[in-house]
Amino acid sequence: MPEIKELVKGLADKHGRGRESLIPILQGIIAEERYISDAAMSEVAVELDMSAALVYGTATFYSFLDTEPRGKYVIRICKTITCDMKGKKQIVKTLEDLLKIKVGETTKDNKFTLLETNCLGWCHKGPAMLINSIPYDTLDVNKVTEIIMDYIRK
Amino acid sequence: MANTVNLKIDGIDISVEAGKTVLDAAKELNIHIPTLCYHEDLCVAGNCRVCVVEQEGARNLVASCAMPAQEGMVIHTNTHKVRNARRHVVELLLSEHNADCTKCYKNTKCELQDLASEMVITEPMFLDLVPEKNYTVDNYSPSIIKDDSKCIRCQRCVRTCHELQHVSALGVAYKGDQMKISTFFEHPMLDVVCTNCGQCVIRCPTGALVEKNYIDQVWDAIYDPDKHVIVQTAPATRIALGEDFGMEPGNIVTGKMAASLRRLGFDSVLDTDFTADLTIMEEGTELLTRLKKVLVDKDESVKVPMFTSCSPGWIKFIEHMYPEFLDNLSTCKSPQQMFGALAKTYYAQKKGIDPSKIVSVSIMPCTAKKFEAARPEMRDSGFQDVDLGLTTRELAVMIKQAGIDFESLPDEKFDSIMGASTGAAVIFGATGGVMEAALRTAYELVTGREVPFENLNITAVRGMEGVREASVKLEGLLPAWSFLEGVELKTAVAHGLTNAHQIMDAIKKGEASYHFVEVMGCPGGCIGGGGQPIPTTPEIRKKRTEAIYREDEGKTIRKSHENPEVQEIYRDFLGEPLGHKSHELLHTHYKPRKRF
Ligand code: SF4
Ligand code: SF4
Ligand code: SF4
Ligand code: FES
Repeated sequence: MPEIKELVKGLADKHGRGRESLIPILQGIIAEERYISDAAMSEVAVELDMSAALVYGTATFYSFLDTEPRGKYVIRICKTITCDMKGKKQIVKTLEDLLKIKVGETTKDNKFTLLETNCLGWCHKGPAMLINSIPYDTLDVNKVTEIIMDYIRK
Repeated sequence: MANTVNLKIDGIDISVEAGKTVLDAAKELNIHIPTLCYHEDLCVAGNCRVCVVEQEGARNLVASCAMPAQEGMVIHTNTHKVRNARRHVVELLLSEHNADCTKCYKNTKCELQDLASEMVITEPMFLDLVPEKNYTVDNYSPSIIKDDSKCIRCQRCVRTCHELQHVSALGVAYKGDQMKISTFFEHPMLDVVCTNCGQCVIRCPTGALVEKNYIDQVWDAIYDPDKHVIVQTAPATRIALGEDFGMEPGNIVTGKMAASLRRLGFDSVLDTDFTADLTIMEEGTELLTRLKKVLVDKDESVKVPMFTSCSPGWIKFIEHMYPEFLDNLSTCKSPQQMFGALAKTYYAQKKGIDPSKIVSVSIMPCTAKKFEAARPEMRDSGFQDVDLGLTTRELAVMIKQAGIDFESLPDEKFDSIMGASTGAAVIFGATGGVMEAALRTAYELVTGREVPFENLNITAVRGMEGVREASVKLEGLLPAWSFLEGVELKTAVAHGLTNAHQIMDAIKKGEASYHFVEVMGCPGGCIGGGGQPIPTTPEIRKKRTEAIYREDEGKTIRKSHENPEVQEIYRDFLGEPLGHKSHELLHTHYKPRKRF
């Protein structure tokens, strides 16, 4: 995978090759590839001269460092209790119906992935979700439908 | 006494060196505090909380393994609160633990089980979460089995592999209730950089990491009337085996071990020490030949420093991490494998036994030896040279299974042929031993005189320093070796792969130059091997090492080239060191492996 090699090398040139550069490099891979493959992880291990198991450990620790292929738009809906009490279940159901996938899955056209996430810090305006890095709050069925339709048309 | 602190534990005043922990201080008072994640050889993790104690004035219980002793501290180790908290810790661990002790390899040898038994935990207090978990077992490796359902995530293995071995084949993956000990991408241990050293195995408190045992296969072979079952025992087994029968570390049990093997039913009880001596003949000659090629012939294809090749953990480490140095490895097989190759050729011929009927078993202080025995490189006899590799621990199990009272056994001798050895072979078991044995022989070969060290003891290469250097000036040489006249033979010794990494980096950067380097994969050398009795501590390794050197001093012959059976095998079978037959049977090459 020459592209991955180039990408990792470029990121290492930019961020450095110390242990402290690991997370910025992994984030850089996510920005480009939307997930970190095993090939990418071993490239990182080579570039940083560190154990591949440690790279894997770091990548699996952080929810936002995905290690499985993701769609172009990753929807993360807050699963914490406040959002739940404010109707998160209904939002999830709406999303599942709209996208025809279950939580944890990616649409066939690789456009959307639907995930649950820990607290987004929007408890006062729940239910909340993220699409890539954009937060959406005070969701209801209509609002979430509109948002998704916008993305579908993109 | 400026650097001490005074504290009170359970009403007893004690002063300890500053920097010691509450746990250390309690130990000095012979107060036992249970621990799980703590291990003397490793940095403090403080993650299991089973070692909690009450500190007056502190809001919460404190983890004694991680809490430095401080002036004026008042500690209670046995209050209601402490006992309850520890009990909850163990019960929580058990709620996620596949506690089928009777089916577990670590049954009766398990630190978690000990705690559960001490606390008399009979009724579960918490929900059994095991059915919810997706635990996996990895038993692809010929050396090690990893069973996540037995893991308490204390991370001793992770710290071992990182701190002592610089491999980090194991890491921590995921978080929270999903957290697990994992290799890269959860690949089987066989497919990653793991060296099979077993250092994690001897530090794992539970049955989550254990050696793959071949006990039943050995029994089957012994009971098969068609098979001629021979056994070899590595140098470091004879000073440690007794520990599994409750004897103090440092007891030499060579004679009892030979006796027990005979009673188990092996047809011939032989000694890896014999091929350790043979290794010295081959490796010593190889070193001198290399030096000639480099210094006199200026042959650039020949590499120095030459590295020893007896330790299979080290071999796999260099294959993964430093493949560019593979040509620096001595081509000598390890003593185990030399023995294996000769058992099904030389031994078979001499005894008139069909080699296809020979089952060759080895008793090793090592888990990596199992992997080594299964290597495709190790079939030069026309068969798998060593059929079954057992650890010292597995032998202890067999002895117990056979109902033998080990301690009361008489001292017996090894059989012949391939049973005779010298003190030089015994010290292979300790870090620096191969170097010392090689110097004893090589020096004498080129000078005609004994090494210029009192009583043959080359103390500069002994000890527990991670990397040690020694040099010997070669002077007054025999005419055949005059090209080495005046050469200062520079050597170095490293044990544990973190130290190996350090020496390799220095060599790579050109910061160090040697002619000959001994590397042992395990801390302390084979005496601290991953197949040795559990537990291992610096103190235990020290006692085992002392025993090794005592055994050496007690031997009448202490130089490999004076081993009569070694002289006999060169006369009757091999011809000369590095000769044609030796090349065929006793030498090999290794191939690079993936770095990650
Ligand atoms: S690891 Fe220990 S507690 Fe767990 S099943 Fe095995 S012996 Fe029992
Ligand atoms: S495998 Fe053993 S040493 Fe490693 S974390 Fe699990 S219980 Fe601890
Ligand atoms: S056997 Fe050695 S190299 Fe392999 S995981 Fe255990 S400590 Fe690491
Ligand atoms: S032994 Fe102290 S926290 Fe684990």
